[in-house]
Amino acid sequence: MATPLALRAAEAAALTYRSTWRGSVFSTVVSPVLFLAAMGLGLGALVDDGGAVGVGAPDYLSFLAPGLLAAAAMQTGSFESLWPVMAGIRWRRSYHAMLATPLGAADIAHGHILWATVRVAMTAAAFLVVMVLFGAVESWWVVLALPAAVLTGAAHTAPLAGITASLENDYAVANIMRFGVIPLFLFSGTFFPIEQLPAWAEPVAFVTPLWHGVELCRTLSLGDASLLGSLGHAAYMAAFVIGGTRLTTWRFEKRLVL
Amino acid sequence: MLVEARSLTKRFGSFTAVDNIDFEVAAGEAFGFLGPNGAGKSSTMRMIGCVSPVTEGKLRVLGMDPAVDGAEIRARLGVVPQEDSLDTELTVQENLLIYGRYFDLPRKLIAERTAELLEFVQLSDRAKVKVDPLSGGMKRRLTIARSLINDPDLILLDEPTTGLDPQARHVLWDRLYRLKQEGKTLILTTHYMDEAEQLCDRLVVMDKARIVAEGSPRELIASYATREVLELRFAIGDQDAAVPVLETMGERLEALPDRVLVYTDDGDGAAARVEQLGLTPLSHLVRRSTLEDVFLRLTGRTLVD
Repeated sequence: MATPLALRAAEAAALTYRSTWRGSVFSTVVSPVLFLAAMGLGLGALVDDGGAVGVGAPDYLSFLAPGLLAAAAMQTGSFESLWPVMAGIRWRRSYHAMLATPLGAADIAHGHILWATVRVAMTAAAFLVVMVLFGAVESWWVVLALPAAVLTGAAHTAPLAGITASLENDYAVANIMRFGVIPLFLFSGTFFPIEQLPAWAEPVAFVTPLWHGVELCRTLSLGDASLLGSLGHAAYMAAFVIGGTRLTTWRFEKRLVL
Repeated sequence: MLVEARSLTKRFGSFTAVDNIDFEVAAGEAFGFLGPNGAGKSSTMRMIGCVSPVTEGKLRVLGMDPAVDGAEIRARLGVVPQEDSLDTELTVQENLLIYGRYFDLPRKLIAERTAELLEFVQLSDRAKVKVDPLSGGMKRRLTIARSLINDPDLILLDEPTTGLDPQARHVLWDRLYRLKQEGKTLILTTHYMDEAEQLCDRLVVMDKARIVAEGSPRELIASYATREVLELRFAIGDQDAAVPVLETMGERLEALPDRVLVYTDDGDGAAARVEQLGLTPLSHLVRRSTLEDVFLRLTGRTLVD
């Protein structure tokens, strides 16, 4: 049976990764260790000593780690849909090479999102292992934090690929990092609950898919997830995956088929 | 017919890139689109390659409709694009593996063909080398090897030698000529008349989105040019005064900014008559007519400025 066209595009990305994976080790493994050590243990000691949390509340490391897991998934998903998409369209022109084969723009879009999601899964799995080693996990439910984190990454990678495909120049890519990814990383409940944000900013955080990913991963890791709440968070992010995939398919077709 | 186009038109908004052209390409032919930049050659190629939708008219490739069977057609095409799209971070071999997988070829078959094709394009010793440091000519040859990985029925080459040095061009021509000898069908675009003369059995001359002439290189030269051309160069400022005098010779003239071309069946005789007219060009050269002269005759402009 013939391999589906989108899978062929994803396979090409995987084959490329096999030869170029070394560069991604830092962001996948080393960076979570550094973050958990610095923020979780270093800053955490200060937070826990401050007595701000009540009796029975988790220590800061256990609060932070699942948030960082979701944020790392978001970051990997975003990275994958920024520079690699620009490279496919403009720098390496690999998407144009693919178009000369049986693959079409939609297959390229779907294959890209699929592979980016695999990359998110790799990062998230590595992060989870580090979390366990740091003793930052409170419940067995944390195994479900892996698919939750993958969904978080996919919810970002799917629409962002379409946005990148609509950009005209490289500066805009850097601006998405500066004004999109980094603020998301900092203010979507990763490091502190969004109730700490100014009143006007709280609803903004609430609609970001990352906040839902953080909440889902956090409640699973701490063992206080509710079924309905978890399904709600998952459904919200799934909507971003589906809508984002449609957006990206449309933008890839607009950009590549002239 | 492998390719059949009737009233083929491509528009981008209000700009017409290809205007109502007709052509056919038969199996085993080497067919060329000759024309300057912006003539519509690449747009036509992209439509044949089923990556650019037809605006109007009819196009059949391998007997199928690109709008319906694009993927199926592309599975049987070999495409050498104008701009390299190799993965420079990967090795020569890896580039062919990835490309072969787009066609869903088994890895074993890809490995076999990779060995053959690298031999064919004389890159066997570079199989495990990264693409980045390769020369422009080598990259082009690798792109040609890549386009052959699916054993295509039709090979499309968009300006295959643009930007290469003369030596690299000759190596490439030699390889393309061999493909032709093997009975492969080639369609190529070029703005080099020598390339068209070397490689094409038949060609169309394109200018401003239209086809202005069609035939074999020999036929085109016979219909639109004379047997020989006398090229005259004058001292700066002398040419303007010389042209009206030359016109009295009764041959067709083409006054270019740097030289005057005299179209004649007897170049040496014409050179002697120029002397009899009392003109003293700095230099004169008698040569055979080329497609460049055909193009000049048809459009009043040179191919490569």
